[in-house]
Amino acid sequence: MLTAILIMALGAVILGAALGYASIKFKVEGNPLVEKIDAILPQTQCGQCGYPGCKPYAEAIAEGEADINRCPPGGMEGVRKLADLLGREVKPLDAEEKPKQVAIIDEQLCIGCTLCIQACPVDAIVGAAKQMHTIVESLCTGCELCVKPCPVECIRMEPIPEKIDNWKWKYPVFEIKPVRRAA
Amino acid sequence: MLQQLFKFKGGVKPATNKAPSVQAPIGIAPVPPLLVVPLHQSIGGQPQPLVAAGEHVLKGQRIGAADKWVSAAVHAPTSGTVIAVEERITAHPSGLPTLSVVIEADGKDEWIERQPLDYASLEPEQVREILRDSGVVGLGGAVFPSHVKTEAAKAVPMEELVINGAECEPFMTCDDLLMRERPEGIVRGIAIFRDLLKPKRVLIGIEDNKPEAIDAMRQAVEAVGEDFEVVGVPTRYPAGGAKQLIRVLTGKEIPAAKRSPEMGVQCFNVATAYTAWRAIAFGEPVISRIVTLTGNVEQARNWEVRLGTPIQDVIKLAEPKADTNRFLMGGPMMGFDIPDLAAPVVKATNCLIAGSPKLFPPPAPEMPCIRCGACAQACPHELQPFELYWFSRARNFGKTQEYNLFDCIECGCCSYVCPSHIPLVQYFRFAKSEIWTRERDKSQADAAKARFEFRNEREEREKAEKAERLARAAAAKAAEKKAAPAETTASAEPATAAPVDAEAAKKAAIAAAMERARQQREAVQPKNTDGLTVAQRKEIAEIEARRAPLQAEQPTAPAQAPDAGGQQ
Repeated sequence: MLTAILIMALGAVILGAALGYASIKFKVEGNPLVEKIDAILPQTQCGQCGYPGCKPYAEAIAEGEADINRCPPGGMEGVRKLADLLGREVKPLDAEEKPKQVAIIDEQLCIGCTLCIQACPVDAIVGAAKQMHTIVESLCTGCELCVKPCPVECIRMEPIPEKIDNWKWKYPVFEIKPVRRAA
Repeated sequence: MLQQLFKFKGGVKPATNKAPSVQAPIGIAPVPPLLVVPLHQSIGGQPQPLVAAGEHVLKGQRIGAADKWVSAAVHAPTSGTVIAVEERITAHPSGLPTLSVVIEADGKDEWIERQPLDYASLEPEQVREILRDSGVVGLGGAVFPSHVKTEAAKAVPMEELVINGAECEPFMTCDDLLMRERPEGIVRGIAIFRDLLKPKRVLIGIEDNKPEAIDAMRQAVEAVGEDFEVVGVPTRYPAGGAKQLIRVLTGKEIPAAKRSPEMGVQCFNVATAYTAWRAIAFGEPVISRIVTLTGNVEQARNWEVRLGTPIQDVIKLAEPKADTNRFLMGGPMMGFDIPDLAAPVVKATNCLIAGSPKLFPPPAPEMPCIRCGACAQACPHELQPFELYWFSRARNFGKTQEYNLFDCIECGCCSYVCPSHIPLVQYFRFAKSEIWTRERDKSQADAAKARFEFRNEREEREKAEKAERLARAAAAKAAEKKAAPAETTASAEPATAAPVDAEAAKKAAIAAAMERARQQREAVQPKNTDGLTVAQRKEIAEIEARRAPLQAEQPTAPAQAPDAGGQQ
């Protein structure tokens, strides 16, 4: 009887120690769901969802505070992926879906105030005080955050044109023709 | 020695339609008055223009330089004047423009100074550079820069060099005619690749429906004194696919994740070998290629066409029949409809086919898939096209990749045999380009995220550094104050506590700034005290002496007031 109790107790101690060690050794930092949600978000850091960046929005979704349809750059596809991941209902997007855009500075008008540089979340604008600024197109995420701060309204958004490099084969669609029946 | 041949699974046997275009020898197409040379004519990097509008160029002059290792140079096809470097429509299924050099020919067709080289005296690395700078790319249609392919894998010895003269696409005969007419150049070009790769054997695979080409190549190999084996392979589409030909000749199957040198084998097209020889032994870069003009035309024939010749000028040579309604670039199995005939002939243009409703009847309506499995039997890569079709159609791209979508070579065998007339390859192309777009978006998003995080980190750091700097300055100020017999012990106290937290540091900084301002105010002297007489100075001194005790009283008065208020 005593041996049995001792064996069980010993087992409990060993397993407890193993579990305790594992919980320290393999501790998961942060919420892993947030990472997964963040990986789906387009990382434009535009704040159109009402959160200051993609990560905070991902956190809010994980907490259940925010809806999954508030990311316009992610589009319906993003909503669908989030719904898949979280097991939620697919909802129509909370805003209209826009094609991918890029910001362009009218360099004739730019006064070199650096306000857009401060606003750009991904450091895609090059320039210095009282010097002309310009946007590094390949880095621009099209978040539109630089448009508002500009005091001389010299920044405009332009949809990215289709070029050979980003051209895609279209989904095969075939015209459906009505069948003509002999009268 | 009798070559043992292997088999690849699947494949189809469409009508070859090669006879009309092999009747006449290769013709030399006239140089058009205006040439449009796209700068991006190969896989890999985008060559940068070396010329500007208004410049005079010579035939063979480099007009676009390779910008990285996997890239190839582009050359002026004739002498003339560059009239523009701008976006022009190119021979691409999209019909979109790309950066091109537009050359107005001067009619002299004047060569740049050519430098024939003996490659045996050159380092292999130099030979590769010459190939790159001569714009030698895979002329079978894939236009992959050839110099990149002349490097053997380090760990695996190169066993076989496979030369692709199979030309399995129906209608196409450009390689056939090249092998018949210029076999010696091909053999010498193969020797260059052989010396770079050092394989144990060289196998030239030619489909057995081209006996003249096989004979010509055998004779040339003998005449040059090489030990290359010319092998006739059974005619079955797509025997000319690189992986299929390697399989037929060597029995090796190249897995998707590996490149062929890792399996000890490499494959080049015959036309590529020919251009490599011209580039090295004659110093002639790739400025023309053999193009088959065939289909619904009066004069089917092969022409040597300068790159950059508008397709509409080329097809006139073949005299298309009246009912021609479309033109295909490439073969009927893998080619595409040319969206605009103003597009130029590029390095990938191996064949131009005039189509008519009679020759290529409009596709029958797509019917539902009946899961007959005919496509899987025809697939030379042993894929399951019907599964890929379902997933592509449903945009389930993850699943398409699980079913090895990227092993698909888009040969079109599955569409060819499909009894429901489903354009399977179009679905696969759609799925592939969607996946590529997604991958590109993903990598852009990752880069944006990294930059955003870096920026946040930097801002935090800058904030902390600023606070620290201010605190340090405030502390220094406070220490100074303490050292002096201080009447401002009250302001020194927050200054010593400042390094602990930023808020206090800020307050200290403000206090310090106010203190500085006060001192400055005190230090300011009224300006009208310069150049006074002794009597006036004495008077001022007297007034100051009278004012001093009053000033000493003044600060104490307001200081007492809040104290009194606080006690109440």
